[in-house]
Amino acid sequence: MSGEVESIASFRERARAFIRSNLRPATKKAVSSTLRPARADEEELAAVAHERRLQRTFFDGGLAGICVPRAYGGQELTPAHQMVLNAELRGYEYPSRVQVPTFTPILSVLLEFGTEEQKLARIPAILKGEELWMQFLSEPSCGSDVAGAVTTAVRSGNEWVLNGSKVWTTGAWWSDWALCLTRTNWDAPKHAGLTVFMFPIKTPGIEVGRIEMLNGSKEFCQEFLSDVRVPDTNRIGGVDDGWTVGTRWMFHERMARNSPLVTAPEGEIRAGGTGATMHAIARAAGRLEDPSAQALIGEAQTLHLVGGALRRRIGHGIVTRTLSDQSSAIARLFIGLAEARRTTVAFELAGEAGVAWTNGDGDLAEWGVDFLIRQATCIGGGTTEMAANVISERVLKMPREEAHDRDRPFRDVPRKSKRA
Amino acid sequence: MLLELTSEQELFRSTTAKFLERHAPAAQLRRLQNDTAGFGNDYWQRGAELGWTSLLVAERDGGVSISGRGLVDLTLAAYEFGRHAAPGPLVSTNVVAAALSAAGKSRDLIGSLMDGTSIAAWCMSEGPPNDGLGKIGLDVAIVGNELVLNGVKRPVESAAQTSHLLVTGRTGNGLTQVLVPTPTKGVSVIPMRGIDLTRRFSVVTFDDVRVPAMSALGPLGEAGGDVERQLQLALVLLCAEAVGAMQAAFDMTLEWAFDRYSFGRPLASYQALKHRFAHMTAWLHASHAITDEAARAVAEEAPEAAELVSAAKAYVGDYGTELVQECVQLHGGIGVTFEHDLHLFLRRVTLSRTLLGTPHVHRRRLARLVATKETVS
Repeated sequence: MSGEVESIASFRERARAFIRSNLRPATKKAVSSTLRPARADEEELAAVAHERRLQRTFFDGGLAGICVPRAYGGQELTPAHQMVLNAELRGYEYPSRVQVPTFTPILSVLLEFGTEEQKLARIPAILKGEELWMQFLSEPSCGSDVAGAVTTAVRSGNEWVLNGSKVWTTGAWWSDWALCLTRTNWDAPKHAGLTVFMFPIKTPGIEVGRIEMLNGSKEFCQEFLSDVRVPDTNRIGGVDDGWTVGTRWMFHERMARNSPLVTAPEGEIRAGGTGATMHAIARAAGRLEDPSAQALIGEAQTLHLVGGALRRRIGHGIVTRTLSDQSSAIARLFIGLAEARRTTVAFELAGEAGVAWTNGDGDLAEWGVDFLIRQATCIGGGTTEMAANVISERVLKMPREEAHDRDRPFRDVPRKSKRA
Repeated sequence: MLLELTSEQELFRSTTAKFLERHAPAAQLRRLQNDTAGFGNDYWQRGAELGWTSLLVAERDGGVSISGRGLVDLTLAAYEFGRHAAPGPLVSTNVVAAALSAAGKSRDLIGSLMDGTSIAAWCMSEGPPNDGLGKIGLDVAIVGNELVLNGVKRPVESAAQTSHLLVTGRTGNGLTQVLVPTPTKGVSVIPMRGIDLTRRFSVVTFDDVRVPAMSALGPLGEAGGDVERQLQLALVLLCAEAVGAMQAAFDMTLEWAFDRYSFGRPLASYQALKHRFAHMTAWLHASHAITDEAARAVAEEAPEAAELVSAAKAYVGDYGTELVQECVQLHGGIGVTFEHDLHLFLRRVTLSRTLLGTPHVHRRRLARLVATKETVS
């Protein structure tokens, strides 16, 4: 690029001016929880459409893709600029559905492994909000063990034919494109027979089903791929070299909101609730003077503040290389457990109204439902157990677990219990 | 501790670390176990020369600045104190020096606190049921040109070694702070027994203690804001020290996990134990993170300082002791012997957890801070 990098001060001024004239204040609810069942489909689609327009506004305002090269429509600035934008966004609406997984891990993976043609074709569309992406990664037979993928791609001339099933894709029913991990070689060892492809979700042969969660949410989807034809030009990385892409993909997924590609208001809470949430519940229950309720409110606020501080420390450490990339697992482990605990605290404060409520119960209602699906925060995006493995083996360098899936053809790897 | 230090901060940290390695090794801590003071004057004065007691003092009073945020710099020394379970009244001396400097009082005493020739103590906590940031009961009355103090303070750190006591008391409905020379008539100092090998605490009784009215730091009954400020400084330093002790215990235990073999394998190869180390790693980083944010906020007198400080005390209090107890468990029997060094750090985190409000007390304080915010907004 030519010329000097925009100064932080001038960038801050520009971001402020943009935010003031283009964004609405975030809707503030006393009590909110992302564990709650989503709204009706029409409302969800309207929200998606609004966020696409918001993303376009960021693009037109020169604030999309802060750390993405200009050649692909980005700003080619630094993580420090992104942090300024996130700080300035506090209290404002932003295109939340565009961030994860579209900006990270997917855009991060495209930037690292995409060909020049692929990047030129896809990245500007992503930055403009025209393409929302999903990761076709987990499968019914493998959750945390993603390299055990059995969705198969077979070469057919200049195309590949895909068959199998992917699962746990949030919002695939309103998304446009997918990044997909497939098995292309059953005779190679597990990690040496994988290949990554990208394709539109509307490609013939893809059936998107919605999974009903125990709380009624239908945001998660499962896809069934039957003879889906994908051109070889949509392959990301080398044939059978998909795990090279996959390990970076997992890394970018763990980075989540610590990624310098993600635009999100600093300190925004996605789940679990803050001290203010607990205060509202305790007030509705008439328990504000109860010392044990006060201790619970304080505990939730402690976890909220400590989680934010930890996220910033880890994010900063990774950007400045004072911490290893793998350290993002530390924040993942902490935040999963802390959110689960905050859900328990909210449920405890709500008391009986958490399990049986009327329309008049307001802030007290429904917390039992959140409690039922509490473990979601320790499962989605890689379980906390996987994070504990990464911390102990990659950060602390402890010996790796013994595995029975290396150094033999993948077709010979045990995949089923031999119990009758 | 911050992930990145300026070269001046790193020099200050490493100088303190080297000094403590040399003058406060574990063997020395064990020798000091039966020492009345728990530290030597020479040790303290040489430490003071390194800047241990000058960072919270304003420059006009001769204070030293490293980064412009004295409290952040001082947490580096507190962290090293924790990492070495070092002796000496670092927290209380600094809090008193900061309070005197902020009040524009007793420049001579500030000077001798900075060069280490004097020690001062903050008489803040009181016995049950007023312990744990409870009601301040010590009475400060004005009689003619004199202030009359009546009440009991405990635990007071290093009171027997002090030349002066900064006493937080009550005048009517407000708080008052008074600087009292320790030898004043009516002041009695009775040593207590305690858990740390080198930290000494006393019960200090004020029985009709009379000092000139000018001994008050500011108008009577209006010291609430100053007391809150001192409390925040002290809590940040207690947390920073606890984080240092956590780090030392964790490093020691991690090494042990690689070295110790059971059933033909190192402890570090068992997933059941690996996951416990992973959780400890998260607690440790979280403790570093919240303490550093609290230190920055208090140094800048930011509006969120009180909340961050109580979150730090609640979190580091709980997980500091939890982490070191885990370290004890992972060591097995050797971890509960006097011979092993682990208990030096367990003592230190246990002390930091409890002084100036247990985690429970700070959770309730946080709830009140949240309530205040929610009522206003």
